Amino acid sequence: MCGIVGLFIKDPALEPELGRLTARMLETMTDRGPDSAGFAVYGAGTDGQTKITLRGVAADAIEETVTAIESAFPGATAVLHDTHAVVSLSSGDASHLGDWLAENSPETEIVGRGSRMEIYKEVGLPADVASRFGLATMRGTHAIGHTRMATESAVTTDGAHPYSTGQDQCLVHNGSLSNHNNLRRVLRREGIAFETENDTEVAAGYLSWRMREGMSLGDALEVGLTDLDGFYTFVVGTENGFGVLRDGIACKPAIMAETDQYVAFGSEYRVLADLPGIGQARVWEPEPATVYFWER
Amino acid sequence: MPEVDLGITPLRELNGTLHNLPADTNETHWIVDNPAGRHAIAAGLDAPLKVEINGPVGYYCAGMNKLATVQVHGSAGVGVAENMMSGFVHVSGDASQAAGATGRGGLLRVDGNASSRCGISMKGIDIVVKGSVGHMSAFMAQAGNLIVFGDAGDALGDSIYEARLFVRGNVKSLGADCIEKAMRDEHKAAVHDILTRAGINGQIDPSEFKRYGSARKLYNFNVDNAGAY
Repeated sequence: MCGIVGLFIKDPALEPELGRLTARMLETMTDRGPDSAGFAVYGAGTDGQTKITLRGVAADAIEETVTAIESAFPGATAVLHDTHAVVSLSSGDASHLGDWLAENSPETEIVGRGSRMEIYKEVGLPADVASRFGLATMRGTHAIGHTRMATESAVTTDGAHPYSTGQDQCLVHNGSLSNHNNLRRVLRREGIAFETENDTEVAAGYLSWRMREGMSLGDALEVGLTDLDGFYTFVVGTENGFGVLRDGIACKPAIMAETDQYVAFGSEYRVLADLPGIGQARVWEPEPATVYFWER
Repeated sequence: MPEVDLGITPLRELNGTLHNLPADTNETHWIVDNPAGRHAIAAGLDAPLKVEINGPVGYYCAGMNKLATVQVHGSAGVGVAENMMSGFVHVSGDASQAAGATGRGGLLRVDGNASSRCGISMKGIDIVVKGSVGHMSAFMAQAGNLIVFGDAGDALGDSIYEARLFVRGNVKSLGADCIEKAMRDEHKAAVHDILTRAGINGQIDPSEFKRYGSARKLYNFNVDNAGAY
C-alpha cells in the first residue's frame, strides 16, 4: 500500500501554513502506511549556503555530532530536530562534510542536501513522526510526504521515504518495482551508490543517473516509463517544482486538486478534504504514463 | 427525514443503523452530510431506502447495494457501487477507478467522467457515464450494459464475454476479442430503456452510439495456438 501527500503552494500567503497542512495530510494517510513516515520541506535558503540534513542513531548522538561539526567547520550552523539536524554551511565546506562524517561520525547519514530542501524520516506512526520533527510549525513553498506499509524491504528508517535524488531533489513512491535488483546492478556499474535493498532508492538513483547524464527531470521521468518495470505513483520535489508520474496502467491511486493558492496531491481524496477552498478546487485523477510538473 | 453528520457520527454507526432498519421502517429517506471522502459509506444496504450524500465519498460507496437508491452529490472514489445487486446509484460528479466493478444488477449513473476499469468484470449491472471512461473499461465484462456519452480509453472491453458496450465518442483502442458490432433496433431500444430508467432519456439519440461486444474468439481453447504456450 503506502500513502503519498504533496502540497505545492502558489500563493505566498499560505506558506506559513505549509507544515500544518502537510502534517494533517500525512496523518490522514496512516491507514495506508503505519510503518514509517517521512517528508521533505522546501523552506528558506541563503545564497552561498548549502543545507545538509543529517540523521543520527539517536537525538543525543546527533547533538554531539553537530557540536563537533560546528568546531570543525567554523561558520556552520545547525538546527536540531529529534534524530535529525539541518546543518547550514558554505557550499565549499558542504562538499567536504561527507568525508568528514565518514571519518569522525560514520553512523551519521546524510539524508539530503540542497539550498532549500530538508528531509526527515523515521519509523513509527505518521502523527508521531510529524510531531517528533515539529512538521506543523515548518513553513515553505512545497512539501512532499510519504507513509509506508513495507512490502519490498524491511521496516527501517533506511527504508522510509523520501529518497533524495540529488541537490534539492527527492522522490516518494507508492507501489513496487519488479526489476529493481537488475537495475541496481546496472546503476552501480554507472557509479551510483545504494545504501539499502529498497526498490524506491533504485528509482531515485535511476533519476539521479539520468539527470547526471544531462536529462531534465521531466525527460528522466519520461524514459523511466520504459526502464522502470512495476507499479508506481511517484511524486518528486525539486528546488522550485513538484512533479507527478503514474505507471502506464495507473495501478496505484492518485488524486490532485488545484486552486489559485495551491496544487495538492493525495493517494486518496481524504487527504485533500481539509485543505482550504477544496470545495471550489479543480479535482482530478492524473492520467497514466503522463508527466505532470509545476514550477514557481 | 433523518440527517447524519459524519463529522460527528462515526461512519460505522451510520452504516450499522442503515443495515438494521426494520423492513417496515418509515425512515426511508436519509441525508448524510460531511462525508469528506470517507470509505464504504452506505455500503451493504439491502432495503428500498433512499440515501443522499452531500459531498465527495471515498472507496466502495454503495458497494454490494441491493434495492436502495444512493445519490452522491459530489465525486466518488474507487469502486463506487462495486458488486451492486439491484437498486440505483447516482454520482453527480466524477467516479474513480473500477466504478460498478463486478456488479450483478441495478443501475449506476455517473454524470461526470469515470476513470480506468469502469465496469470491470461486470455481470449484469447497467452503467451510464455521461462523460468519458478511462482505460481497460469493461475488462472481462460478462453481462449487462455500459453506456458512455463521451470517449473510452485504451483497451475497451478487453477479454469481454457477453456484455454490451455503447460508446458515443471515440474509442482509443479496443481490447483483445472486443469488436464493433451493428447497432440494430433492439440495441437502440435497450439504450432507450436504460436511459429512461436513469432519468436522462431525451438528451441523446440512441442511434448516436456505436456498439461493441465480444468476437467470441477467446471462449474456447484453440488448438492452433498450442505452440504459443
